[in-house]
Amino acid sequence: MTAAAPDRPLAHAAGRSGRDRVMVTPEGVTLPLTLASRGARAAALLLDLFFIGLLMVATTVILISVAGGAVGASLNARGPLGQLLQFLFIVWIAAMFLLRNAYFLFFELGPRGATPGKRIAGIRIAARDGGRLSAEMVIARNLLRDIELFLPIVFLAQAGANDGGGGDMGVAGIAAVAWFLIFALFPLFNADRLRAGDLIAGSWVVEAPRRRLEAAMSLAAPAALPAAAGAYRFGEAELSVYGEYELQMLERVLRGNRPEAMQAVYETICGKIGWTSGSGDARPFLEAYYRALRQRLETGMRMGRRKADKHA
Amino acid sequence: MAARPDIAALEAAALRSDRFRLEREGDWKRLEAIVTRMEKGQLRKLSDEDVLALPVLYRTVASSLSIARETSLDAATLAYLEALVQRAWFIVYGPRASLGSWLRRFLGGGWSAAVRAMWLDVLLALAVMVAGTAVGWLLVAGDAEWYHALIPGQFADARAPGASPQVLHDTLFSDQTQEPLAAFAAYLFGNNAQVSILAFALGFAFGVPSLMLLVHNTAVLGAMLWLYHGAGLTLDFAAWIAIHGTTELFAILLSGAAGLHIGRSMAFPGERSILDAAGEAGRRASQVMAGVILMLIVAALLEGFGRQLINHTPGRLGVGGFMLFFWISYFFLFRRRADEGGTP
Repeated sequence: MTAAAPDRPLAHAAGRSGRDRVMVTPEGVTLPLTLASRGARAAALLLDLFFIGLLMVATTVILISVAGGAVGASLNARGPLGQLLQFLFIVWIAAMFLLRNAYFLFFELGPRGATPGKRIAGIRIAARDGGRLSAEMVIARNLLRDIELFLPIVFLAQAGANDGGGGDMGVAGIAAVAWFLIFALFPLFNADRLRAGDLIAGSWVVEAPRRRLEAAMSLAAPAALPAAAGAYRFGEAELSVYGEYELQMLERVLRGNRPEAMQAVYETICGKIGWTSGSGDARPFLEAYYRALRQRLETGMRMGRRKADKHA
Repeated sequence: MAARPDIAALEAAALRSDRFRLEREGDWKRLEAIVTRMEKGQLRKLSDEDVLALPVLYRTVASSLSIARETSLDAATLAYLEALVQRAWFIVYGPRASLGSWLRRFLGGGWSAAVRAMWLDVLLALAVMVAGTAVGWLLVAGDAEWYHALIPGQFADARAPGASPQVLHDTLFSDQTQEPLAAFAAYLFGNNAQVSILAFALGFAFGVPSLMLLVHNTAVLGAMLWLYHGAGLTLDFAAWIAIHGTTELFAILLSGAAGLHIGRSMAFPGERSILDAAGEAGRRASQVMAGVILMLIVAALLEGFGRQLINHTPGRLGVGGFMLFFWISYFFLFRRRADEGGTP
């Protein structure tokens, strides 16, 4: 398992959990990844199964309607009608096989690496070693799905159908349920939440990233309020009380742009550095303080001095 | 390449990290646009220039990220860069091969190379299948009651111990063209494909269930062989099986070997971690399995059409023997380098 905490504990101050992993790309850049939650994966699977079921029903209905009046005829009938039915039967078997086995393959081999269900849930698959996701991996993880999911379900259905046969339905049913549970619960018992197919294939399921580039706080400020921003001058003593953690908190408050929150932070900072807080000028003050603090901390960074938070 | 940053904005930016951002923002935005298009599957709408620029831009932005981590405290920019590099990484290192080029590489050497790489497992699985056949034969020879325990209901019609040689002969040579051959073949394929996927996937439990499945399936074969041997129809039965069996049993052999390969590499991972070993074996085995599905399509066609239409022993033996020869030479004699051609 890779270490959960990245070497920059400040970049994502919020919501660290056991799902964070660090991956190293072939270029040597470390990237933080978030494993998909089990809930998202279960939801994605249910959605996919629903889609597959829908497609299966639709295919069957279409083929039956094509067969039309021939439904009464038997498959063994000779002549054109029998041949048509045979052909439709073959199409049906092929379609069922493909829907069951090729649905996942087709979508996961695409550029999005995710089935429709996974896309809706905001997750996708990736190679565990940070390298290329290969066709073999996708094939392997989906072949295993057969024993994890489809087989016990079929087994269970058969056990149910054989009920009239005697007392061994109980045993077969329990075996099928146990089998199903072993694989369904498999992701609960390893750190990277791999299901059996992921383990064999060398893949894992992660959250698909998506984030807009937000405006830089330190740029928007002087353009909007040049006079007010320039009015503040902070000295060494005023800036040295805070570190990177507080800077990022401040950034978040500024982006949130809620007057009462900004006023509270404004008063806290003024209290801390010994200034008298006024009212109504919270935002210009905070923007100016943010810029000055960031400049100071970034200069320190270039010199190899980092200050993680106010206690450091 | 990149849009020139606004000079006035550059001068106004007091912070070095903001100047850094302004200078490179154009590249980031361009990469984001390309990646977004590709994620939406709109490959056609991308210009060749953009497609060629993608790997370069990816590396540029990755290096921007490395620098920003050392020089910038703008959390929003860092988070954006991390997400962007990750998205681009998914594309740049995503499944590259289209289905067509993958298939070409697969048939042109990748498949046979994967089979050769697990030769030991193939031999083990072969030994297990031979042993399974012998066990089936010996069990039934010792006590005919075993026959009913071994043979699944669908075959147990006329082919029971005590049936007359004439009845047994009819089961091999009766005119079965009444049956809808194509549909029968499709049904057989579906059935066999699921069995071999099972044999492969069970390798996950250290290969033991794969072997048990092989033993069970071949024990049926052994029991039936004993039955027909008793009626003096050994060769006819062998021909009846061989026409599709050389392909089908070979496919089942390979899927069992693939399962065993996974199980063996998990049990004895050597110096690798167990996950690495399982992953490597799993990728190789899944290649073999993709081929097994193809073999089963061939087998189903031979069983559905060939066996019913070729109604005499020499013809059936000829077809079966030819198929066996074909597969063995394809897997073990056809040694073109797997990475030749095909690679984009």
